Amino acid sequence: MSSQDMTPAPAPGTPAPVAPPRPTGRLRRMLDSDIFYSWKRSPVTVIATFTALFLILMALMAPLIAPHDPFNPASLNLMDGFTPPASASAFSDNWFLMGADNQGRDVLSTIMYGSRVSLFVGFMATLFAVVMGMGLGLAAGYNGGMIDAVIMRVADIQLSFPAILIALLIFGVARGVIPANQQESMAIWVLILAIGLSNWAQFARTVRGATMVEREKDYVAAARIMGVHPVLILLRHILPNVLGPVLVIGTIGLALAIIEEATLSFLGVGVPPTQPSLGTLIRIGQQYLFSGEWWILFFPAMTLILLALSVNLLGDWLRDALNPKLR
Amino acid sequence: MKTVIAGLGAALLSTTMLVTSVSAETIRWARGSDALTLDPHSQNQGVTHNFAHHIYETLVDRDVEGTLQPRLALSWEIKADDPTVWVFKLREGVTFHDGAAFTAEDVVFSLDRARSEKSNMRQLHVDVDSVTAVDDLTVEVKMKGPSPLYVNNLTNTFMMDKTWSETNNVVEVQDYAAGEDNYAVRNTNGTGPYKLVSREVDVRSVMAVNDDHWAENKPAVTEIIYLPISDAATRVAALLSGEVDIVQDVPVQDIERLTGTDGIKVETGPENRVIYFGYKFGDAPLKTSNVTEGNPFNNPLVREAMELAVDRDAIKQVVMRGQSVPTGVANPPFVAGWTPELDAYPAVDLDRARELLAEAGYPDGFTVTLDTPNNRYVNDEAISQAVVGMLGRIGIQVTLASRPVAQHSPLVTSNETDFYLLGWGVPTFDSAYVFNDLVHTKDGSYGAYNGGLYSNPELDEKIRSLGTETDLAKRDATVAEIWQVVKEDRVLLPIHNQVLAYAMADRITLPVHPENQPLLTSVTFAD
Repeated sequence: MSSQDMTPAPAPGTPAPVAPPRPTGRLRRMLDSDIFYSWKRSPVTVIATFTALFLILMALMAPLIAPHDPFNPASLNLMDGFTPPASASAFSDNWFLMGADNQGRDVLSTIMYGSRVSLFVGFMATLFAVVMGMGLGLAAGYNGGMIDAVIMRVADIQLSFPAILIALLIFGVARGVIPANQQESMAIWVLILAIGLSNWAQFARTVRGATMVEREKDYVAAARIMGVHPVLILLRHILPNVLGPVLVIGTIGLALAIIEEATLSFLGVGVPPTQPSLGTLIRIGQQYLFSGEWWILFFPAMTLILLALSVNLLGDWLRDALNPKLR
Repeated sequence: MKTVIAGLGAALLSTTMLVTSVSAETIRWARGSDALTLDPHSQNQGVTHNFAHHIYETLVDRDVEGTLQPRLALSWEIKADDPTVWVFKLREGVTFHDGAAFTAEDVVFSLDRARSEKSNMRQLHVDVDSVTAVDDLTVEVKMKGPSPLYVNNLTNTFMMDKTWSETNNVVEVQDYAAGEDNYAVRNTNGTGPYKLVSREVDVRSVMAVNDDHWAENKPAVTEIIYLPISDAATRVAALLSGEVDIVQDVPVQDIERLTGTDGIKVETGPENRVIYFGYKFGDAPLKTSNVTEGNPFNNPLVREAMELAVDRDAIKQVVMRGQSVPTGVANPPFVAGWTPELDAYPAVDLDRARELLAEAGYPDGFTVTLDTPNNRYVNDEAISQAVVGMLGRIGIQVTLASRPVAQHSPLVTSNETDFYLLGWGVPTFDSAYVFNDLVHTKDGSYGAYNGGLYSNPELDEKIRSLGTETDLAKRDATVAEIWQVVKEDRVLLPIHNQVLAYAMADRITLPVHPENQPLLTSVTFAD
């Protein structure tokens, strides 16, 4: 559990794990580190890293590199609908590498823009879950007693329900609360809130456990004796020492959040159909499997698999790399 | 259109004559959803009625061409000396499934039950004053005024046995919305061609042929296994694998594949249902628009521009895969009052549409939200999505809000939407049904689905006159006048009439019913 030797903790008597004999730049230090060594040694991780980077870059640069703008309904030509991959539309000059969907949208461009939505929701929801889970976990672990009991029982109750069920519940409630004319513009934030709220508990649990270990250590006692404010102790001293495990489950959590978003959109409760995420694209595509228009489902589904798999593999590797027992 | 229907009728006639009934045949019949209840007057809903029509019977019903047919009533006419009274002569020798005889008393009981407080069928009997039994086989229905078309309202009002209902304490209709339950929700006693054998809600219901049924020709299907399968792809897969014999709700994109599959055929035919878009009227600014001064939809030029921007033929070809009949009037061809002139629609003209928008004072267009259901009509969400793109080309930026029908309908009936998609079926086959609910100013029992609050006092007066006009030629003229105004004023933006498709195993033939309420007694088998 302790990741003391990894972090710049002020714990006495712990030498830096990698002590380069000569002064070097940051890059040099990184390339010499244990982490980089273990990364280099695992071809699967290297491939996963490049796949994830490629997909993220593709999503980020979508407006620059996408051949069409699928989010601008005015630019679509319905008659292009169902054009097969690598062929030109029978009705216009448009050419589609991955074919066109039921609305005449270019599948490739839709995937690029759709990944943006998926990644944005995934990142923001994970960030939300991390911040909330870490805050509550630190408070519970440091204070103990009633606060700990209440927070952890709520987390236990929530963990006994599947995350997707909780997200659906939150989504339903939010839909009821938000006025009808703002629902579409708010949909993406409601989605982030729903996924974030359904995932905070595991972060809270991990952080609480780590905090309870750190709390008993001498450096915390020293800080307390010196009269440092408890909030500062938590943020400046304990937080950096519990970040390691959070980073690991955060990475895996990101993959889960992306899949959760896809599931919600697949069920039709996510983003508006005119601004589809990967899950929405899969929902649309699965209607056309029997009729033979496989490309509408296949390419978005492959993208989702690659994205979730590569992020997951990175998370797995990070867990092993940060685990001192496995070194 | 007329020839299609006539052709279908002729085809049906010839198959009926060729095929004789085969012994003991079971049909596994799959639909997208289950009947909501078996209490015959509790829910006025298509799937529920379709199921009930096999067990219970109505006084009159419609054949596949939409013509009224005698069922439990042999004849119906307005009393010679009193235009406010309808006289029904009942079929002789009809018995309920429990053996009790069907008499005029049962009709009085059933009609009274159907127009009671908790009944969902009430609006169809709103003009009824009283129902009396003259003798065992004659019933008189006294109306509040002359109602020459009342008989059209009876095609889904089922007849129950008075004694059975009293014995089982189901004289009152189940209050479905309040979650009430009664004996009639799961148990039945009708006069229909099938008896209920077993029922598991949302899973499987079994019906067996009623050997004592009055019809001379015994149905070829002796056992029906009804299977609700909500996922469209699963439904189609079940047919492909031979798990079911008939799929009633076939997705349009799968028709071609199913037609090309050995051992499976698809019957298609027009449905009596039009799909249209509705606007919010009135001077108040729209809730979802960037135009804060006035309502762009209230300007006839804007409505004309929008009609010119919508490409109905492209929607038919791509979204509906050819399975729709584009139309320029919110009235299906089955309905009295439909004419080819009304049905004509303008060609797409984007330049003219942009000119009209500029003339109306919106050279850069405006924004608005379109509310669409996503599980009610054939490809409803995809149609809306396509229209969003088409309107985008003339500068009207539309945000799409897509919801299940259970959440969409209340938005329309409570006037909370600015722009919406809706479908309208016309069970009475008369234009008054369209006018009453969609065109008449929202007021009491009128204008229930006039969610855009269109109001034209002159039209209202004409619409109300239809209810009691006894001179049918004059009435037809009034209907034509109203349609003319509705079309010219572009009160609604009609897109197309739906086409139904039933898929089934090759050896079976089930003709498409225009109200999507096929009776499995009409199934024939090939040798």
